[in-house]
Amino acid sequence: MTERKQRILPTVQKPARYTGGEWGEVKKNKADVRVRVVFCFPDTYEIGMSNLGMRILYGVMNSMEGVWCERVFAPWGDMEQAMRKNGLPLWALESQDPVKDFDMIAFTIGYEMAYSNILNMLSLAGVPLHAADRKGLKNMVFAGGVCAFNPEPLTDFVDFFSLGEGEDITVEILSLYDKAKAGNWSKEAFLHEAAKIPGVYVPSFYRHEYNPDGTLAAIVPLEGAPKKVTKRIVENLDSAYFPTNMIVPSTEIVHDRANLEVFRGCIRGCRFCQAGFSCRPVRKKSPEVLYRQAVETLGVSGNNEMTISSLSTSDYRGLPELMDMLLPYCAENRIHLSVPSLRADNFSRDLMEKLQASGRKSSLTFAPEAGTQRLRDVINKNLTEEEILTTCANAFSGGWNSVKLYFMLGLPTETDEDVLGIAELVYKVIQTWKERAVNKKRGLRVHVATAYFVPKPHTPFQWEQQITPKEYLRRCQLLKSHFYSKSIEYDYHAPDLSRLEAVFARGDRRLGPVIEQAVKNGARLDGWDEYFDYSKWQDAFRACGIDEDFYTVRGYGEEEILPWDTIDVGVTKKFLKRERKRAYEGKVTPDCRHGCAGCGAERLAKEVGCDA
Amino acid sequence: MPRALFEKTGSAIYLSHLDLMRLFQRAFKRAGLPLTHTQGFNPRPSVSIALPLSLGVESRCELLDFALETDEFSPEQIRDRLNAALVEGVRVLSVYDSGRKIRELCYLDCALTLEYDAGVPAKAAERIDALFSQENVTVEKKGKNGVTEQNIIPMIRSLTVSEDADSLELHARVCCQNPTLNPVLLGTAIIKYLPELTPDFIRCRRVEIYDTKETIFR
Repeated sequence: MTERKQRILPTVQKPARYTGGEWGEVKKNKADVRVRVVFCFPDTYEIGMSNLGMRILYGVMNSMEGVWCERVFAPWGDMEQAMRKNGLPLWALESQDPVKDFDMIAFTIGYEMAYSNILNMLSLAGVPLHAADRKGLKNMVFAGGVCAFNPEPLTDFVDFFSLGEGEDITVEILSLYDKAKAGNWSKEAFLHEAAKIPGVYVPSFYRHEYNPDGTLAAIVPLEGAPKKVTKRIVENLDSAYFPTNMIVPSTEIVHDRANLEVFRGCIRGCRFCQAGFSCRPVRKKSPEVLYRQAVETLGVSGNNEMTISSLSTSDYRGLPELMDMLLPYCAENRIHLSVPSLRADNFSRDLMEKLQASGRKSSLTFAPEAGTQRLRDVINKNLTEEEILTTCANAFSGGWNSVKLYFMLGLPTETDEDVLGIAELVYKVIQTWKERAVNKKRGLRVHVATAYFVPKPHTPFQWEQQITPKEYLRRCQLLKSHFYSKSIEYDYHAPDLSRLEAVFARGDRRLGPVIEQAVKNGARLDGWDEYFDYSKWQDAFRACGIDEDFYTVRGYGEEEILPWDTIDVGVTKKFLKRERKRAYEGKVTPDCRHGCAGCGAERLAKEVGCDA
Repeated sequence: MPRALFEKTGSAIYLSHLDLMRLFQRAFKRAGLPLTHTQGFNPRPSVSIALPLSLGVESRCELLDFALETDEFSPEQIRDRLNAALVEGVRVLSVYDSGRKIRELCYLDCALTLEYDAGVPAKAAERIDALFSQENVTVEKKGKNGVTEQNIIPMIRSLTVSEDADSLELHARVCCQNPTLNPVLLGTAIIKYLPELTPDFIRCRRVEIYDTKETIFR
């Protein structure tokens, strides 16, 4: 008789997502394993397997003797239904064993809208949702990723958080767990010791007290927990663990290619960008090491595509040298190389032409974020109209006939003039095409998209208001009414998702019950249009007596205690305040290479220093 | 052009045709076997797999045609290198120069296991036999132009049913090219015409492939 799981698989969409068995997957003999970790990605297989961080940490954990790390992803709705109907608990891909059998359950969280998936996955696994209900060492739930920089909405459910880059701290956490398990420690004893590891944040060791107006009155560390927990970084990326034998998915994923990360951190300081501040300081990898790892990765995986990744690849000093080595290798071995996140400088333009000669035509995308130079100065986005139009002119005369432009609406100090500045910029792009295009027969397509500004923790805009959804939609309509050309395709994000994102990005501990209620209402896979249903969340907020406006349109006071004040990502609050002041004065702050702005993150790089 | 005979079993049966093409392209690369590429704007590695297999069906007689840039490897070397670079469930059985065109393929043998957890219903084998002895048995077929009704009887060359304790074994030889009968549809027909014989699960396998003269095709 065919077992239950095998009977379900042919009935669901893309069943290969649930079977494991890919090239490069790690299997270990259970008899040799003392600590079993299941690494959960709170979104689908296609998204999770595209995540470089997950692949690195999978390699890190599996390189430890006595540790076996397996993977699990959020099932799609049809699979979830079949699992619940057949009483099949969530399983790990490698061993196909149930998640509830594992010692440690790790999540990596990069997006607030994955919170419902975390709870839903624990529920599918049959693991108690509340940290307080999980007694003992078994099923210890911990989490990392960008969202761990304000983990408060998840503190009811997660035992501890691992802050920052995971290459070193994960080994320290697992080694401690190994010792705890061997010594039959209590959960409390383990958490007590874990809190001593730099970068580990145990939320149950902090009491949050509130004022009558709902703002935080105090954060009280208990049991000798540190007042601040500082995120971890890897100082020397050249010697850091890098898995060249990555898993090669057998079924198609979103980013189905090898990934070469050239540096970490960012010198730019765009004031809305969380990654730009929270990933500091800047640390680079050397071109020689990158080239060696690229060749090895491509050989071991058999990939015929590779992407260069970083927050702003043009800012990588070794780029010319790396490209001199990589371009001939890729040409010879029929590897398609893509280099996204390039700025509009001369070297990048040359590089784009070279890349185009070797393969597919890349798309031309700009993210000016704001329509006027005034507002671009406010947000410190150092991209001028001239740069955009010059690059467009070159591209149009080189045969390009389409361009994508990304903006945000609702930025601090934004007026209708700034909104209409977007339309003006778009018309200048169209005018440039009319003047410079070599082939006008196929026409021009300008894709314009606006997103709803979400203020994020650890940025100079962390105190800002989010405009109301009504006002956001008014600005979208205003802009739309000024687009006359048929060449323009205008998309604007619906406000609901960005409003929720804003609530949870700056949320506090009182939001735990909201997430739990929303999941009970059926919320899951919120990042997917097919599943996102705002009413399920609205009902949850109402049931819990929580006003979303408190976290969004209210704005936070500069003197207020912030829910994420316990967490130190390197940049200081003093610096963020200074940057906010400069924003309101319309003053740009030059990038870190033209003068250190004193953000404070350099103190994290004790051995190598900041490479800005 | 060299050809590989391979099997697709275990969890690999859930890989789609396109997944499998990509898998082989990467496996050749990992194995250090350089594939030639198609000409044109978007050069693609030259691999092609005969008779796309439905998701969830296992097979021991799949054919892959490919072309290498070099002739320095013997068929056995190619087979061994590929097997060392393939995932569980996909295994190359042999590599050879066939000289025969895929279009000569005409029939295939398939086997369906119909599982009945509460035991096989009475006279099930006879009734299924009787069903396929009729002249007209139509099932819905999803094609490019939407769903069409298709009489499957003319495409069934032979069919036998045997009974085990809690399953039925259905063996059939069916047309596999011009026209094509997807063996899965044999199960669909049983469920449509004999709903009381609806099994709890159907396992489907492709067993062997033949040319127009019903001799084994390689």
